[in-house]
Amino acid sequence: MRIESEKQLRDYRKKLIEADKKLVKKIMVCHGPGCLASGAEKISAEFEKQLKKKRIKGVSIESVKKTGCHSFCEKSPLVAIEPAQVLYTRVQIRDVAEIIEKSVKGDDVIERLVYHDPKTDEAIEKYPDIPFYKHQTRIALRNLGKINACDIDDYIRVGGYDAAVKAVLHMTPDEVIDEVKKANLRGRGGGGFPAGRKWESCRKIEADVRYVVCNGDEGDPGAFMDRAIMEGDPHTVLEGMIIAAYAIGAKDGYIYVREEYPLAVINLQKAIEQAEAIGLLGDNIMGTSFSLRIHINRGAGAFVCGESSALMMSVAGHVGEPRAKYIRSVQKGLYDQPTVLNNVETYSNVPMIISNGADWFTSIGAPKNSGTKAFSLVGKVRHTGLIEVPMGTTLRTIIYDIGGGIQKDRQFKAVQTGGPSGGCLAEQHLDLSVDFDTLTAHGSMMGSGGMIVMDERTCMVDVAKYFLSFLVSESCGKCIPCREGLYQLYKLAIAISEGRGKEEDIARMERLSDHVVVGSLCGLGKSGPNPFLSTVANFRDEYLAHIVDHKCSAGVCKELIKFEVITEKCDGCMACISACAVNAITGKKKQPHIINQELCTKCGACVAACNRDAIAVF
Amino acid sequence: MVSLTINGKVVRAEEGEYLLAVIRRMGIDVPALCQHEAVEPYGGCRLCMVEITKDSWDGWKKYVTSCLYPVEQDLIVTTHSDKVNDLRRGILDLFLARNPETPLIQKLAADYGLTRTSYEAIPEPNDCILCSICTRVCDAMGFSAISMVNRGHGKEVAPPLHQAPPDCVGCLACAQACPTNYITYEDVGNRRTIWNKQFELLVCDKTGRPTITKEFADYLIKNREIPEDYFRIDDASHREELADKMGRITRWSVTEEAK
Ligand SMILES: Cc1cc2nc3c(=O)[nH]c(=O)nc-3n(C[C@H](O)[C@H](O)[C@H](O)COP(=O)(O)O)c2cc1C
Ligand code: FES
Repeated sequence: MRIESEKQLRDYRKKLIEADKKLVKKIMVCHGPGCLASGAEKISAEFEKQLKKKRIKGVSIESVKKTGCHSFCEKSPLVAIEPAQVLYTRVQIRDVAEIIEKSVKGDDVIERLVYHDPKTDEAIEKYPDIPFYKHQTRIALRNLGKINACDIDDYIRVGGYDAAVKAVLHMTPDEVIDEVKKANLRGRGGGGFPAGRKWESCRKIEADVRYVVCNGDEGDPGAFMDRAIMEGDPHTVLEGMIIAAYAIGAKDGYIYVREEYPLAVINLQKAIEQAEAIGLLGDNIMGTSFSLRIHINRGAGAFVCGESSALMMSVAGHVGEPRAKYIRSVQKGLYDQPTVLNNVETYSNVPMIISNGADWFTSIGAPKNSGTKAFSLVGKVRHTGLIEVPMGTTLRTIIYDIGGGIQKDRQFKAVQTGGPSGGCLAEQHLDLSVDFDTLTAHGSMMGSGGMIVMDERTCMVDVAKYFLSFLVSESCGKCIPCREGLYQLYKLAIAISEGRGKEEDIARMERLSDHVVVGSLCGLGKSGPNPFLSTVANFRDEYLAHIVDHKCSAGVCKELIKFEVITEKCDGCMACISACAVNAITGKKKQPHIINQELCTKCGACVAACNRDAIAVF
Repeated sequence: MVSLTINGKVVRAEEGEYLLAVIRRMGIDVPALCQHEAVEPYGGCRLCMVEITKDSWDGWKKYVTSCLYPVEQDLIVTTHSDKVNDLRRGILDLFLARNPETPLIQKLAADYGLTRTSYEAIPEPNDCILCSICTRVCDAMGFSAISMVNRGHGKEVAPPLHQAPPDCVGCLACAQACPTNYITYEDVGNRRTIWNKQFELLVCDKTGRPTITKEFADYLIKNREIPEDYFRIDDASHREELADKMGRITRWSVTEEAK
């Protein structure tokens, strides 16, 4: 079958919905990155194995759906029972039989496996009632956790390819561009440049050949929004690209996928084949003269390859080094042809804008920042995972309501947004609206959506040092301000963390940062000093404490700290003694232990091992 | 043609020209270490940065590398504003930390008032300023025998796997183009060594002087339609003609002319 009209798609969908109604219960086994890492494949296999043997009315092996990331990665592996919306967390193989018996065959809820509020210990059965989910709005991630990742029928059943059909068959390219412009969809990959304007400029350039490119390089350490989309809902990426290609007049599209994401490549490839098979992709899409081939490129494994000009060099088979962009890529991009490059999440918003209209989209979010943004929320928050919130949500809501506050009720210290070259915001910024403009105005940035929460035990000099070291090793080395400037900045940060810094170093580093920002060739260098600039702006006292008092109050910088047992608190459990790799701790059972300062390597293992917070760091 | 203002003077330039070419034509001295006439601009050394603005920009200014920035109608360019000079000094300070003993860098730094780096110089420095002229020239010759390898601070120019480069024909284009003479070679009698690779040089039938390597000659015979006996005559008129055919990247007989 090939789909060539809106009616055909609708009829096909009706059939799929009818067939789906026969499944009275569905078992959504999350196959997102977090759950896969904790054994989700074995769990879905176990469900299938056991269901094969059983006869339950309205339930078959088809009821087991291997979905994209359900969101609450911290509680992985996750299994949701639909339509009851019951979420089971940390599911083990041995739980499968019980889940089938009680919740699939029956309608009971297994209390032990549902989420419990950490403060009240109250059990919350349905996931929409869990605070982690309650404050989210899912647009880009709408299908994750809801459908089989690599099944075009599932995608079509929930409304997939409606937008592509509407755009290609019932809208002119200009109308599509106008809608995206009106929606004010800003690029989710970092810069926040309006996608509609980018498409419009590209379309206006005289050329025979144009390209659409999707940036799936996702180089930020710890970020996995784009991975989750490419693996869990590859069709939405394709649909967004089809609409973009139709709008600008491209016949070829490229998806550049980070090297470390083999599953994304497999799933995207499957999705391409499925879409081609029914005429939604390939030659003469939907029977029109519009054709589009989408190709997949494996990334070259460098952070800088996510930068637009480096990415296009890499797709074209050259070394992934940035070029100066005085001539923009909408004019001269891939193979020197007009090119639209957008991020994975940007594309996955597009079908929803075309289906629901720009007004719907702008009704969500903040002024000039419509829609939502996905984040991978990690670090010292109680609940980590993949979240999507309306823009304009405050950092406080994200950290305290969704994230459930700081682990072990420690003190919040900072939140880092924007990836390695983003910035750290402090307590006084918690009520800021999370949107492109506000974050940038306060010295951080949206970036592609990494969000790392830090507590009182995080040293901000150490944080700056960590991100600088990442950037130093990821700088391509082509231009000197980035290559040498970030290196010297890193060296100076090391000196401060080791107590060798001088007071005037801060001013020197600020001046050097300015040279790197102004002088660098690409965005990596231009934003490279951010880890230093934002920490020194918000935590200058901490820098001074390192320099003047030789103190690291967070107890992180080894050269400046000392570990000691607080005799009154120590109950002599010997946990620290067995944790210490260098035998620096001595003492008898039930008697306070002693740390030998000469032997201590300040690794912190004892602090982690102690259940009574009886080891102090000075 | 477009007209623009550089350091207060109105000048005209061809559409598509880069700012640096126009600046140089006016006799203004702007340092540009990664620029070489035989290859496309690169934008690595950042010393050619200038300040640009337009009347319509409401006082907004931009700092761009003039080697890569195409001329624009009504552009107002300042090549030595305080900010630009400060930026160049800052960059030269970084260069000095990397290449503390390199005369070219020392001299440029001195022009901008620096005698030593304010940073910690790197251990075991050399004279390579990573301008990539050698690799780009080698690419332009059609050999791509050497390339920039590694990322970031560990970047260096090297043949594949640090072995004698299989694609090198010993044309010396890289060594001749190197602004700091970091790339060395040795000609002894009719033997040449570069990048640890040994070559035999052809010899002029009349004078007995070595001309170019056999490998280079073979390449030119095959690819630039030059007759074989050509390389056995070491004659000035031949040299000129050949230089033209090769795009003037290399010279004919280096023993005599270069350095
Ligand atoms: C060093 C560097 C790394 C980048 N990495 C990514 C990335 O991993 N993914 C991404 O979508 N954009 C990345 N970007 C941003 C891209 O250059 C580009 O702006 C983006 O893909 C455009 O798409 P958008 O407008 O939809 O965001 C990076 C930029 C820089 C400077
Ligand atoms: S000459 Fe080196 S950046 Fe322009």
